[in-house]
Amino acid sequence: MRRLILPLFLLLLALLPVVLPGSAEFYVTLLNYIGLYALVALGLVLLTGVGGLTSFGQAAFVGVGAYTTAWLTTAFGWSPWVTLIVALAATTAVALFLGFITLRMGGHYLPLGTIAWGISLYFLFGNIESFGGHTGLGGIPPVMFLGMELKSGREFYYLIWIALMLAVVVTQNLLDSRDGRAIRALKGGVVMAEAMGVNTAWYKIVIFTIAAQFACVSGWLYAHLQRFVNPTPFSLTQGIEYLFMAVIGGVGHVWGALLGAGLITILKQWLQDLLPKLLGQSGNFEVIVFGLVMIFVLHRARDGLWPVILNRIERLWPALAANAGGSVPQAELLQKRDMPQGGDTILEVRQVTKRFGGLTANNAVSFTVQAGEVMALIGPNGAGKSTMFNCVSGVNPPTEGEVRFLNQRIDALTSREIARRGMSRTFQHVRLLPTMTVLDNVAIGAHLRGSKTFVHSSIRLDREEERRLRFEAARQIERTGLAEHMFDAAGSLPLGKQRIVEIARALAADPCLLLLDEPAAGLRYLEKQALAELLRKLRGEGMGILLVEHDMDFVMGLADRIVVMEFGEKLAEGLPKQIQEDPKVLQAYLGGVD
Amino acid sequence: MDFQIALLLGQDGLTNGAIYALLALALVLVFAVTRVIFIPQGEFVAYGALTLAALQAGKVPATLWLVLALGAAVTAIDSAQALRHGATRRLPRIIAVNLVAPLLLWLLLTSVDLVGLPLIGQIALALAIVVPLGPMLYRLAYQPIAEASVLMLLIVSVAVHVVLIGLGLLFFGAEGTRTPAFTEGTLDLGATTLQYQTLWILASSAVLIVALYAFFGRTIYGKALRATALNRTGARLMGISTTMAGKLSFTLAALIGAFSGILISPVTTLYYDSGFLIGLKGFVGAIIGGLVSYPVAAAGALLVGFLESYSSFYASAYKEVIVFTLIIPVLLWRSLTSHHSEEEE
Repeated sequence: MRRLILPLFLLLLALLPVVLPGSAEFYVTLLNYIGLYALVALGLVLLTGVGGLTSFGQAAFVGVGAYTTAWLTTAFGWSPWVTLIVALAATTAVALFLGFITLRMGGHYLPLGTIAWGISLYFLFGNIESFGGHTGLGGIPPVMFLGMELKSGREFYYLIWIALMLAVVVTQNLLDSRDGRAIRALKGGVVMAEAMGVNTAWYKIVIFTIAAQFACVSGWLYAHLQRFVNPTPFSLTQGIEYLFMAVIGGVGHVWGALLGAGLITILKQWLQDLLPKLLGQSGNFEVIVFGLVMIFVLHRARDGLWPVILNRIERLWPALAANAGGSVPQAELLQKRDMPQGGDTILEVRQVTKRFGGLTANNAVSFTVQAGEVMALIGPNGAGKSTMFNCVSGVNPPTEGEVRFLNQRIDALTSREIARRGMSRTFQHVRLLPTMTVLDNVAIGAHLRGSKTFVHSSIRLDREEERRLRFEAARQIERTGLAEHMFDAAGSLPLGKQRIVEIARALAADPCLLLLDEPAAGLRYLEKQALAELLRKLRGEGMGILLVEHDMDFVMGLADRIVVMEFGEKLAEGLPKQIQEDPKVLQAYLGGVD
Repeated sequence: MDFQIALLLGQDGLTNGAIYALLALALVLVFAVTRVIFIPQGEFVAYGALTLAALQAGKVPATLWLVLALGAAVTAIDSAQALRHGATRRLPRIIAVNLVAPLLLWLLLTSVDLVGLPLIGQIALALAIVVPLGPMLYRLAYQPIAEASVLMLLIVSVAVHVVLIGLGLLFFGAEGTRTPAFTEGTLDLGATTLQYQTLWILASSAVLIVALYAFFGRTIYGKALRATALNRTGARLMGISTTMAGKLSFTLAALIGAFSGILISPVTTLYYDSGFLIGLKGFVGAIIGGLVSYPVAAAGALLVGFLESYSSFYASAYKEVIVFTLIIPVLLWRSLTSHHSEEEE
């Protein structure tokens, strides 16, 4: 049933201009505009809904597309198809530049930067003489396609909607890929993604650029549909309206962009007729309604209308609901890393000190981890164990001291670089993407084991690699005993199992050193036994494991060596037996007998 | 450009810069306390000036209807909430502040001779109408999602901004107004002349800045706001209500905005939508201060003022382009020098 909906929708789209009578030209125009706006809103879905960033300057990118082609075709007689490439190149350059200067800082600098850029560009369009100032540029030639001049709105309709549908397909392909998982991790999972080797700053720039390119194409189409441009449609006000479309429609969903663009465009038509009559004044009063609707949506249905509508329909007509679950087809195994020799020192922590302002969380701590051993880091709460983990894995680098991994200094490297060298970790406070499936979460761990980019994935050239990545993720899930939860949303699992998902994700990276921060917390007895069994097996394969844990039975039964920390300093080091008898350790844990 | 013109432009830049500095301070304040990027700040500038103009024309300003409407909405929502929690004791206060006070204001407006009132009385009335909009907007638009991400709050801000712009057009029409100067005339300084209004603007800005400084340094409410800005959860554990802090910061922002509008409306014609660009220029100043530092934000705002006035001499058509492009080197500089932690919000 569900499969039929899309072809039916496409068929309807294709037939509309044919079946609409000549007197209904107005509706063709309306549909053209909805298509143009939806293309811009689609970029915002990718940027805002998926990536957690936003831009108010999309209208300015539309302007770049429109003015580039308007100027080059009228002043120099260039072909529109050539100007499309020029416009995309110009847009990309601007987006990369803006992205570079704003995206390294807090999330709100990008929108503020785009507000400023939107205003600047609007005034610039209106003041450049060769662009016709505020009056604009006319006489733009029509687009030639397959020897046909696309002059009428009905002809142009196909160009717009084909462009839009292509953009929808590209976006969906992109989201369903290795890069797509990385992009979805941008919203609320930056630290985790970086620790899995994802270059989050780069992906932010990528989605900003793609969103800008969609806007640019919309502008190019607009210029050749109208055959005339002036600065008005590229103002900040319009930029804000694009964001409204995306948010009201459903900013997390590709089809939300279409819904939002359609709703706002139709509503605007209607309100522009109605409100001036009602209020007895002329003016753009529809913005009052849009603003209020926007506030209401953000208060009551933050994900927009698309998921609400979808939910209703699926409840009324369950046959349409997407069936969750499925299976992961077998695929060729991914290349495995060469493991170091058992007994080799793989991690060496020398005199590491970490200060937070005046607080010294770690003071000159040293220890080593060898390949094929389980090293446990224990100590009372607040001893600085998790801080040490963050120092070693590059999440929060040390203030002083040296960390060597596989005989190379890593204490100045980013967590991403360290992950690339074969260290993987879990987090004490679980860092999963709660709405994504367990499978997708674990697949993020394998990020560095794939190489296909968004360019491949947008046209599905990544399928073979994607199958291997997913199969690897599935293998690790089965290995950690979570096969039954593979397609559940990660956030729906109990906390203990979420920790196991973290382990599976770390394993998917094929590490030679595994850092586990309290993996057994929240597990039941049998689950703990299974976990210990798994860790023993990994140790047997030559993996080094550094473990922070409070469960002493678990630690003593598993660890080869133990380091005890208290108040940021190393208290003792030795075999489990020695540690259990060490008077200093006993005093730290049980208190002294004064 | 000769010395005369340079002085004149400098004077212009200083006046505008002082206003931008006030707005920048308000923006930093609101952002620090509530994490709201207060785009509608500029609308308060326009509302303040245009409300005063309406009073001076002897009309009951339409902004009063907005206060009554928002007040009624706040009363309804807060009373419903109070009843649901069985806190009937809170009802009288809710009704008095949000419903009775605006009604009394209305009564006052219809019973006094607005035109004959001294200027200071008119200004007090204009502020009494516009300033309550600040906390009411906070209650209705921001408080329900106070814990949402900065991004979400920013989108709400933009929505509030467009609503206020639309209402501004409805209330005041498309025509701009100017109000009479606090003190007419100019001061002859030999090399140049100075309008008395310019002195008013500079002096009032200075007084307001000092007053804010004292408020934050010496009063318990000022300290509560600073505590909230530093650590919301910590402040709440110490018994500071973040809702109170939010409303208070919005009240201050509304007061600063409306008073800024009243200060400059004798020197520039203000339209219903003029506030937006003015507020954004305050923003450029605030961003120079990284939305954290008050002194750097104020200095940045002065820079914006000078840049604007000198660029209006050299390339007046590109004035706005130049001012808003300033943000790019600023962002570049900040991005290269600041070490933003990877921790997400």
